[in-house]
Amino acid sequence: MKRVLGLTIGVALFGAGAVHAQGTLEAVQKKGFVQCGVNVGLAGFSQPDSRGAWKGLDVDMCRAIAAAVFGDATKVRYTPTTAVQRFPALQSGEVDVLARNTTWTVTRDSSLGFNFVGVNYYDGQGFMVPKKLNIKSAKQLNGATVCVQPGTTTELNLSDYFRANRMTFKPVVIGKLEEVLNAYYAGRCDVFTTDVSGLVSTRGSRPNPADHVILPEVISKEPLGPAVRHGDDRWFDIVKWSLYAMIEAEEMGLTSKNIDQQAASKDPAVQRFIGATGDFGKMLGVDNKWSFNIIKQVGNYGESFEANLTPLGFERGINQLWTKGGILYAPPLR
Amino acid sequence: MFVGWYFVSNTLRNLDERKIATGFAFLTREAGFEIGETSALAYSAADTYLRALGIGIANTFRIAVIGVVLATLLGTLLGLARLSHNWLVARLAALYVEVIRNVPLLVQLFFWYTIISENLPGPRDALSPLPGVFLSNRGIKFPLPQDHPVHLWMVAALLAGAVLAWLLARWAARRQAATGQQFPSFWAGLGVVLGLPLLVFLGAGAPHELEQPVLSGFNFTGGATLTPEFAALLFGLVIYTAAFIAEIVRAGVLAVDRGQSEAAHALGLPRRRAMRLVILPQALRVIVPPMTSQYLNITKNSSLAVAIGYPDLVSIANTTLNQTGQAIEGILIIMLVYLTLSLSISAFMNWYNRRVALTGARA
Repeated sequence: MKRVLGLTIGVALFGAGAVHAQGTLEAVQKKGFVQCGVNVGLAGFSQPDSRGAWKGLDVDMCRAIAAAVFGDATKVRYTPTTAVQRFPALQSGEVDVLARNTTWTVTRDSSLGFNFVGVNYYDGQGFMVPKKLNIKSAKQLNGATVCVQPGTTTELNLSDYFRANRMTFKPVVIGKLEEVLNAYYAGRCDVFTTDVSGLVSTRGSRPNPADHVILPEVISKEPLGPAVRHGDDRWFDIVKWSLYAMIEAEEMGLTSKNIDQQAASKDPAVQRFIGATGDFGKMLGVDNKWSFNIIKQVGNYGESFEANLTPLGFERGINQLWTKGGILYAPPLR
Repeated sequence: MFVGWYFVSNTLRNLDERKIATGFAFLTREAGFEIGETSALAYSAADTYLRALGIGIANTFRIAVIGVVLATLLGTLLGLARLSHNWLVARLAALYVEVIRNVPLLVQLFFWYTIISENLPGPRDALSPLPGVFLSNRGIKFPLPQDHPVHLWMVAALLAGAVLAWLLARWAARRQAATGQQFPSFWAGLGVVLGLPLLVFLGAGAPHELEQPVLSGFNFTGGATLTPEFAALLFGLVIYTAAFIAEIVRAGVLAVDRGQSEAAHALGLPRRRAMRLVILPQALRVIVPPMTSQYLNITKNSSLAVAIGYPDLVSIANTTLNQTGQAIEGILIIMLVYLTLSLSISAFMNWYNRRVALTGARA
C-alpha cells in the first residue's frame, strides 16, 4: 500500500498532469499493454491459477479491453490491489482501468474522480456464520463480533444495518482478505461480512464449505463494475463498450465457438457486430473488428460466467439477460 | 519556500485536473463506520471523521504509553540480568536478546496474534483461571469495580500521597546530609502513596461491588476487556523493544569505569546500594539519549497495528482516506500526528537528559 500511496502522492506532487498530456488510449497503445487493477485473489473474479495465469470474471473484462485495443487479449498486465490500494492506484495512473469487484457509488463517481462504465456483476452484501452457532437470520446478530475489510462499502453498510435494527456489534477490521479470513476461521469473529459473491467464493475454496452458512438477508445493493479516471471520455467509451459487447453477444447468441461460422450470416446485426459493415470500431478509435476479437478470444458474458463462477456454485440470478428474467441489458450496438 | 509553494500549487492543480476532491471539509462529515475499541471514549458510527481520527490517536497514544513503561521495565531487568554473575541468568538474557532482536517485528506480531486467536477457546468455553476472569479468543475479560464516588477521592488521596512522599524524601535527604542519619524514605514514601488511598477506601466502608463479565449471546458483556489485537500488539512491541533496551542498559552500566564500583565496594557499600547510588546515576547519562530513540520506535512501530486489526491512527486514517478518496490529506494527518508525538517524546527525554547529564562540565 505504501508503494501505491507513495506513487499517488508522488504523481500529485511532481507530475504535471502527465496522464492528461495524452489520452489513456494513446498511452496504452504506446506501452503495448493494458495495465489492469484486479483483486489480489478472489476466486471466480480474479485469481492466478496453478500456473500463474490470472482467471476470473474481472480478469476477462481486462482481456476484453486488450482484445478491443490490440486485437490480442493477452496484452494485459495485472496489478493486484487490496481494498485500500485500489483507488490510489487508479487515481495516480498506475493502472489504466480498475476491474476489481468494486461497488459503484456516488462518492466514488464524483469526489474520488472515477467513472464507472457499467456493471459486470450485480451483487449484495451478506453475512456468513459458522454453522455450529445455529443462527438463522441476520436479525439474531445483536452483540456479535464481525470481521470486515476496511475502506469498503461493506464496512459502512454493516454499521447502517445494525444501527437501523437497533443492534450493536464489535468490528475487527483487517485489510488483507487472507488475514481477515484467518481471524474469522480461527473464531476471533462470529460473523464475516462482504458481498455475497465474495462469501460464496471464499467458502467454496474451503475444505469443508458446509461448516459455514450464508444468512438469507442481503442488506445492500452492490453493483460491481469496472472504473476509469474522470476526464478521458474516449477511454471511458472503449472500456464501456467492451463490457456491453460481451453482454450484447450473449443476447445475440454469439459465442467464441460459433462466431467464425456466424460471420457468414446474412443477419445485418451480426454483420455490424463483427465489423464487416458499419464502422463502430473507428468511431471508438480502435480496430473495426474490436467486438469480433473480444468474443473470439474472451467469449461472451455468459461464457465468462460459466467458466469462472458456475463451478464455484454461483447462480446466474439477476445477473441473467433481461430477455431471460435478469437485469443485464446492453444498449444497442448501432 | 519557493519549492514548497511549487509542490502545493502543483498538487492542487493536478488533483483539480483529475477532479479529485481536496481540502479538509470531509472531517466534519459523518464517518459511518464502527471502531472496535475506543480507549474508553464515546464513539458511534454517527460521529464525524474528526472524532474517528481522534479515537485513533487515543488508541495509538494508549499503546505507546503502556508500551514504553513496560518495555523499560522488562528491558532494564534483562539488561541487568545479562550482567549478572549467575551464569544461567546471564546466558538466558543473552539468548533472549539475540533471538528477539533478529526476528522482524511484523512476524512477531503475527505470531502473537495467531497464538491468541487460534489457540484460545471461543467465548462459550472460555478458560477461567480466576473467578470472574475469562480467557478466550475474544480477549481477556476481567471484572471492574462498579462506579462509586469514593474512587475520585482515592485518586485525590493518591496525588496527596505522592506530594507527601516527595516532601518526605527531600526532608530525609537533607537530614542525611546534615546528620548522616539514614531514613528509609523509599519504603515510607511507598507506604504513604499506597496507604492514603487505602485509608480513604476503608473509611468509606470498602465498597467493593464488582461489575462481573457475563456470557450473554455471542460474547461477554460487562467488566473490562483486553482485546487480542491490543494484547498481541503490546506483547510484540514490548518484547521486541525490550531486547534493544536491554543492550542499551548493559552498555550504560559497562560504560561506568570499573574503578567506580571498586571504590564503592571499598567504602563498604553493599552491591545493591552501589548500583543505585554510584553506578546507575552515571550510567543514565549514557542510557538516556539512545532510550529516546527506542521510545520513538515504539510509538512509530505501533502503526504496524494495521496488519493485525488494532484500530490505531493509521488503521482509521486508512479507512477514512479510502472512504473519502482523499489520500494526501489522510497521509498528511498521519504524518502530523506522529511528528507531534515524536517531538513531544523527544522534548521530554531531552529535558530529563539535561537533568541527569553532567552539569557545569566544560570540555
